[in-house]
Amino acid sequence: MSSALLPSSRLTSVARWHGIRCLSQLAELPELHQMMRQTCRDYAQKELAPIAAQLDKDHKFPAKQVQELGAMGVMAVEVPESLGGAGMDYLAYCLAVEELSRGCASTGVIVSVNNSLYLGPILKFGTEEQKKQWITPFTTGEKVGCFALSEPGNGSDAGAASTLAHQEGDEWVLNGTKAWITNCWDASATVVFATTDKSLKHKGISAFLVPMPHPGLSLGKKEDKLGIRASSTANIILEDCRIPLGNMLGDRGMGFKIAMQTLDSGRLGIAAQALGIAQAALDCAADYAHKRTAFGAPIGKLQAIQFKLADMALAIESARLLTWRAAMLRDAKKPFTKEAAMAKLGASEAATFVSHQAIQVLGGMGYVTDMPAERHYRDARITEIYEGTSEIQRLVIANKILKEYQQ
Amino acid sequence: MHRSSEVKHVASYLNTRGCECFGQPCESHCPVLTDRTIHVQLKTFIKIRVKPDRTGVVTDGVKHSMNPFCEIAVEEAIKLKEKKLVKEVVAVSCGPQQVQETIRTALAMGADRGIHVEVSGKDYETLGPLQVSKIFAALAKKEQADLIILGKQAIDDDCNQTGQITAALLDWPQGTFASEMTLEADKLKVVREVDGGLETIKINLPAVVTADLRLNTPRYATLPNIMKAKKKKIANVKPADLGVDVCSRLEVLKVDEPPQRQAGVKVETVDDLVGKLKEAGRV
Repeated sequence: MSSALLPSSRLTSVARWHGIRCLSQLAELPELHQMMRQTCRDYAQKELAPIAAQLDKDHKFPAKQVQELGAMGVMAVEVPESLGGAGMDYLAYCLAVEELSRGCASTGVIVSVNNSLYLGPILKFGTEEQKKQWITPFTTGEKVGCFALSEPGNGSDAGAASTLAHQEGDEWVLNGTKAWITNCWDASATVVFATTDKSLKHKGISAFLVPMPHPGLSLGKKEDKLGIRASSTANIILEDCRIPLGNMLGDRGMGFKIAMQTLDSGRLGIAAQALGIAQAALDCAADYAHKRTAFGAPIGKLQAIQFKLADMALAIESARLLTWRAAMLRDAKKPFTKEAAMAKLGASEAATFVSHQAIQVLGGMGYVTDMPAERHYRDARITEIYEGTSEIQRLVIANKILKEYQQ
Repeated sequence: MHRSSEVKHVASYLNTRGCECFGQPCESHCPVLTDRTIHVQLKTFIKIRVKPDRTGVVTDGVKHSMNPFCEIAVEEAIKLKEKKLVKEVVAVSCGPQQVQETIRTALAMGADRGIHVEVSGKDYETLGPLQVSKIFAALAKKEQADLIILGKQAIDDDCNQTGQITAALLDWPQGTFASEMTLEADKLKVVREVDGGLETIKINLPAVVTADLRLNTPRYATLPNIMKAKKKKIANVKPADLGVDVCSRLEVLKVDEPPQRQAGVKVETVDDLVGKLKEAGRV
């Protein structure tokens, strides 16, 4: 136990500095979380992994699986039981997304978007009425939500939202186009960000809740993506879309803050998804290393392969611990922005690195659809882009570091 | 014997021994089954190794989990409870500290409480169906159980004896290899999968039922139930407390890997085939 290594006063200050509940938790997860992780792993192995390749080929939304996950409570992990959720913590949620993504990356992102990007902001900023209306029906897997921030004209530049909202009597009227919205073709509601006061720049953005389908809201064509093909991505077009005044989420002008805080948490979900993809790629490569023989022995005996597997495992484990730590900080209500950005950056770069190397280990077999390595490679790529590009993550981290060292 | 309120509890006995040995054919990595070929539809997870001293199979560091037939048994018990036909489901397992994890899984599926019968070390290595049945019989009497549901066999030793011996010790009727079971008033209708087909029997309660593959599809534990499982009680009991002696009457002489498959021989005609078979003494 760590306390044997450090004098007790130093231990408390270290623990306080890191803000985690207990240092020993970094070594092993609590029993509850282990059980939860095993359940999700079993589900992913038995129900998701066998169909993942076909879902990818057909670009098919896994409706049945989403419902089953809803029944398990996985579609609303952090939502309190009173509202229909599982009432667990963010660490549990990250574990769930990782294990599910290990089976099917698309299902992982569907779960993540519903939990972090849709339910997350409503849970944090919604009124009691809004929570009942917009959260409870979305906990069972029957309905999923989505998050509409990006536009054709701005992704990383979220402050420049050109979608406008103006008040007309007792309604808000929304006009504009949102782009790259995950889940939108299968969603029943969305959180939309629109400018209510252009002169206030990013402080003039507000958040709105819009049901789907809804008059004035239409969907663009489904994007034909490189990976995560079972989840739908498209534009949301708003043309005089009218919603009641009560559909504003949070206060007027609060939109940017809501978006940034939501993404802080959401990026942990994506980090978890990236970890799942990376782990699946490592599983594939390590298994192949045992079975494939060359030069008279399984290729796992060759140092070239061994070094690759070691680097792959190291990248995953490092990113995983970062992700867990960021989640634990968030659960302890401590600042976690820097750690979350590090986790997302680390995990997404690990995913692309590991899946790249996995194809290399498999050689020609890695390039064909008979093996899942090519799908992991395609699925991994998006994790460095959505919910904050790697470049943005670096800016966030640098910003925090410079603040820490403020002269 | 009446239904619902009278049927106090269903004890679901879990086997958590060893290997998650799925695969086909089983003989290639389940060395204790030398002559039989078992085809199970699930994936191989762990490679089983014989210990260097050939007294058994390596279990250290091997992940243990609930026997799949026992999972089906737990699911059936919980289904009965959901239909309000039984009042309480108790999950029981015999073994070292690790079996508590398996009991918790049963609690997470919906069992009400657990009983951990502590057997460890040498005693656990030699624990077999006879001793386990004695423990279960003693517990059934102590808990005044009305129904015992077990998996039909454990997939590590494939003994397929515990259910039957338990019923005999208690002098209770048994419905083994159940693919369907229905509580009808004070009787239990069990459809059994036998070699010749399906046999339907009606037995009185209290009774012992062993679950076969097609009885049901076990549920995944829901997250809220996993959380609730933490608060459910697992009682600790020692075999001595139940008046059971776990000393084994069997001694394992040796455990070997199955012989490596030899290459076959191709022949031109049926006569050649018969000739070769006669040569090898097979005909």
